[in-house]
Amino acid sequence: MEITKKPKIKDIPYDEFNDNDSLQKIVRELHEGGSNVAIGVLDDIINWGRGYSLWPLSFATSCCGIEFMALAAARYDMARFGFEVARSSPRQADVILVNGTITNKMAPVLKRLYDEMADPKYVIAIGGCAIAGGPFVKSYHVVKGVDKILPVDVYVPGCPPRPEAFFYGLMQLQRKVKVEKFFGGVNKKEKKEKSEE
Amino acid sequence: MFDFSIVTSWIHTTLTSVMPEGWAVFIECVAIAVWIITIYALLAIALIYMERKVCGFMQCRLGPNRVGKWGCFQVFADVLKMLTKEIFNPKHADQFLYNLAPYLVILASFLTFACIPINKGASILDFNVGVFFLIASSSIGVLGLLLAGWGSNNKYSLIGAMRSGAQIVSYELSAGLSIMTVVVLTGSMSFSDIISYQTNGWLIFKGHIPAVIAFLTYIIAGNAECNRGPFDLPEAESELTAGYHTEYSGMHFGFFYLAEYLNLFIVAAVAATIFLGGWMPLHISGLAGFNAVMDYIPGFIWFFAKAFFVVFLLMWIKWTYPRLRIDQLLSFEWKYLMPLCLANLLLMTIITAFGLHF
Amino acid sequence: MEDIKYIEPASLRDEMLHLRNEKKMDFLRSLIGMDWGVPTEGDAPDSTRGLGVVYFLESTETHERTTVKTSTLDREHPELPTVSDIWKTAKLNEREVFDFFGIVFVGNDDMRRIFLRNDWVGYPMRKDDEPEKENPLRMDNEETVDETTEVELNPDGTIKDKENLVFKDEEYVINIGPQHPSTHGVLRLRVSIEGETIKKIDPVLGYIHRGIEKMNESMTYPQTLSLTDRLDYFAGMQSRHALCMCIEKAMGLEVSDRIQYIRTIMDELQRISSHFVFYACLAMDIGATTPWFFGFRDREKIMDIFEETCGGRLMTHYNVIGGVQYDIHPNFVKRVKEFIPYMRGIIHEYHDLFTDNIIAQNRMKGVGYLSKEDVIAFGATGGTGRGSGWHCDVRKRIPYALYDKVNFKEITYNEGDSFARYMVRMDEIMESLKIIEQLIDNIPEGDFRVKTKPIIKVPEGSYYQAVEASRGEFGVFLESHGDKYPYRLHYRSTGLPLVDILDTACRGLKIADLMTIGGSFDYVIPDIDR
Repeated sequence: MEITKKPKIKDIPYDEFNDNDSLQKIVRELHEGGSNVAIGVLDDIINWGRGYSLWPLSFATSCCGIEFMALAAARYDMARFGFEVARSSPRQADVILVNGTITNKMAPVLKRLYDEMADPKYVIAIGGCAIAGGPFVKSYHVVKGVDKILPVDVYVPGCPPRPEAFFYGLMQLQRKVKVEKFFGGVNKKEKKEKSEE
Repeated sequence: MFDFSIVTSWIHTTLTSVMPEGWAVFIECVAIAVWIITIYALLAIALIYMERKVCGFMQCRLGPNRVGKWGCFQVFADVLKMLTKEIFNPKHADQFLYNLAPYLVILASFLTFACIPINKGASILDFNVGVFFLIASSSIGVLGLLLAGWGSNNKYSLIGAMRSGAQIVSYELSAGLSIMTVVVLTGSMSFSDIISYQTNGWLIFKGHIPAVIAFLTYIIAGNAECNRGPFDLPEAESELTAGYHTEYSGMHFGFFYLAEYLNLFIVAAVAATIFLGGWMPLHISGLAGFNAVMDYIPGFIWFFAKAFFVVFLLMWIKWTYPRLRIDQLLSFEWKYLMPLCLANLLLMTIITAFGLHF
Repeated sequence: MEDIKYIEPASLRDEMLHLRNEKKMDFLRSLIGMDWGVPTEGDAPDSTRGLGVVYFLESTETHERTTVKTSTLDREHPELPTVSDIWKTAKLNEREVFDFFGIVFVGNDDMRRIFLRNDWVGYPMRKDDEPEKENPLRMDNEETVDETTEVELNPDGTIKDKENLVFKDEEYVINIGPQHPSTHGVLRLRVSIEGETIKKIDPVLGYIHRGIEKMNESMTYPQTLSLTDRLDYFAGMQSRHALCMCIEKAMGLEVSDRIQYIRTIMDELQRISSHFVFYACLAMDIGATTPWFFGFRDREKIMDIFEETCGGRLMTHYNVIGGVQYDIHPNFVKRVKEFIPYMRGIIHEYHDLFTDNIIAQNRMKGVGYLSKEDVIAFGATGGTGRGSGWHCDVRKRIPYALYDKVNFKEITYNEGDSFARYMVRMDEIMESLKIIEQLIDNIPEGDFRVKTKPIIKVPEGSYYQAVEASRGEFGVFLESHGDKYPYRLHYRSTGLPLVDILDTACRGLKIADLMTIGGSFDYVIPDIDR
């Protein structure tokens, strides 16, 4: 379906949408659904707040975790973006950066951590192992990509990705957060019957 | 020196001239409540920003600098995010205690915050046992922590809460004794009396040796009371995940987070008030011209400058030292710090009785 | 080529006791499970068949080394006698062999699986096992099994099953990990505590078990190299060096002097970088966050040097069979020569901030005492062993590359507590600088890679090569049956004895001490789980 209107979104130039089909879809929904001005402004403010204050969960299984630690260190310093408050309790974190290989034994633990997080929450799959199994794709004990068990928002390729690539992934997530519809979209509320199952 | 009681009495007379006394007092109370909550939130935001920047500079990196110029809107973004996070109720937690705990912690902070004078005549609660009231109301915070640990139905939280309870109850003694030293010197428990005693010189200079010792022990004990610095075992992030507030999210966690920084500010403000003179400018007896210049600077600027200086000292200590183990912490208090405080109290009593102070 | 003596299972225990007591072989370097297949008709009379174990032994007094093996042809219920009462390190290693091959060790009181889930079906390292068919991804939470079975030998020769409990019902057991800021990876420790005091620790491993050893059996030799970088990522250069040396030894390939120089210098740079991370993480575990930034700041300088020559920061992929991947960059010598005085000038900051701090000293001195007998019995090599007075540095014991031609000290301390282990590594940084200084100006000209055939086939036999990695003795055991895939490629992990000895070091101490001791051991979990 052709996009006939060029939507104008703050902070994101239109040309950057060439790489991101899903962002285009979200923008399309926003403009088709429409939202009145007051909620729109409130949405903007809240999304600004949420986008600039994403707290990662300190979760690292293997090598990519070390590049994450290098990201937090003095040279690359993710504190400039506001990410340095890496909470260790899942209830207080916003984004879970899946650093490293996920094995069959670790998979239920990861799912449980994800379930414990408070909405709105995001997942970034970092490194080849988390995206699709990486160098260990032929192994009998490795989950071939974390998107088999969790809904992933951003993929950051590399083995391990350079800290600059990490930053690109985090900034993509920030853009995604800013485009989301907060009222009525983001918080996924489970029905009571489903949670009783 | 600008006396704030002019403003308060003007407001009171204006209100009582248009409505009965009861309504006037009610409206004043509401106005004060709004004022406390606003200043509380603003101070917390300033302190969190200060911590992140100071910590960043000490660790040879920049702190937040993307959100607004020099990152000054970073904490606003954090607060907005915390307001919109989902609030949990774990299924097996004790619902009443679990929900009550953050509010108790905030209540304790508000009460203590209300006693401290910011300018001449600008204190919300000022009566003749101000110091006693301060120490008593700061003890309510412990209840909040213990309830949080127990009500979360989580082994980690329970361990963290037990440690925290033991620590805070022990260090309250040293903090109280340090404050008692000053009460002995000034002869009064009321904050405004203590400050007016310092008109011709701050107590840390007047009381020389015992006052300096009392200042240092108060700083150490106050640090331990806030669960900060070398004494942050209860929320030791590298050990027990997040200690007693593991199971909290959203605004409940926000309350714990804010209360931690405000407690730090209160410890610093009390230290600034009783040892460094509060809103009283630096007066050197004999230099009338110098004193007149100092008087031009308003009282609340003096107060906040001194309080933030002490906050900076406490942050400096936190980011330099590793943390103490629980048995080392408790033995430090009971075997070393408290006997020192008692001896210091005795020394101060002798000095006051024989008039050996300045 | 290793000369391995075969012992019948029935006489294994007597032979082992003889080796332990008379020959003083107190260090069990490696216990490796093997599947030699089913007997076929074309077998030579002395070829080994069946499921079995290879033992590498060494004496710390006489430095004599010997290798023995044993096997059983029974594939339904294979049983072999245990040696876990003779060498304490055998207990976890035998659990690993049981997990992968199914061999039950008679007399080992803890025969649970160690790396795989409790409800795993089959034994993956057996040649006839198809692990993926029987074990799809199970997302339900694993049941915690507290009962362990022990197979005991009755006096009249029959066997009986006995049940042991790991933790009794009334113990207060908390879980530390797997997601935890301090466990250096995904390690789960089940700790039974009383108040704040630790009574018993039971490690649960396997959360990063990626099946590297099984994957190696279907990869060609150059392909197996890429996975060694990912085992202990702070010893990537050294692990890959070990594997390359093992294969070159097996093929009889000699490498030029230039290659030896480059490999030695890269190893030492990697060791310094790893010790920085040790310092950073230990300080963070004890609670001082600022030293963490110092350690990582200086590590970035070494990573710049690596990146210029090898093209990678963390995963360098530098050593290859027959040499190194690329020649060193023209700036390499200059940058290393700038780095050495910089480091010498700045190391005092590390000591001023953390080592001389009274709180840090109180947290580390006297905490986690390990005696020399303990570290030898558990096989805890590396800084941990040297902190208790055991001279276990492979560079001095079995010199390789250029270590017999350079002048350096082996740092040992005798106190055996966490502070001693910490100081061992800080002093080793200075020794590594000394080694690099002696080599950097004299790199000879020559080939950086020796020509090899396009398809590498290793002659039949068993080969073992050990290096001193940043954390201890890292060993590579290669058994080849003459074709282009290894028959069995096993890595002796540096961290498995360290996790094992955690229980001994922490008895009676507080939870806060567990973090200090774990930090001072400095294990990396992917190295343990492979």
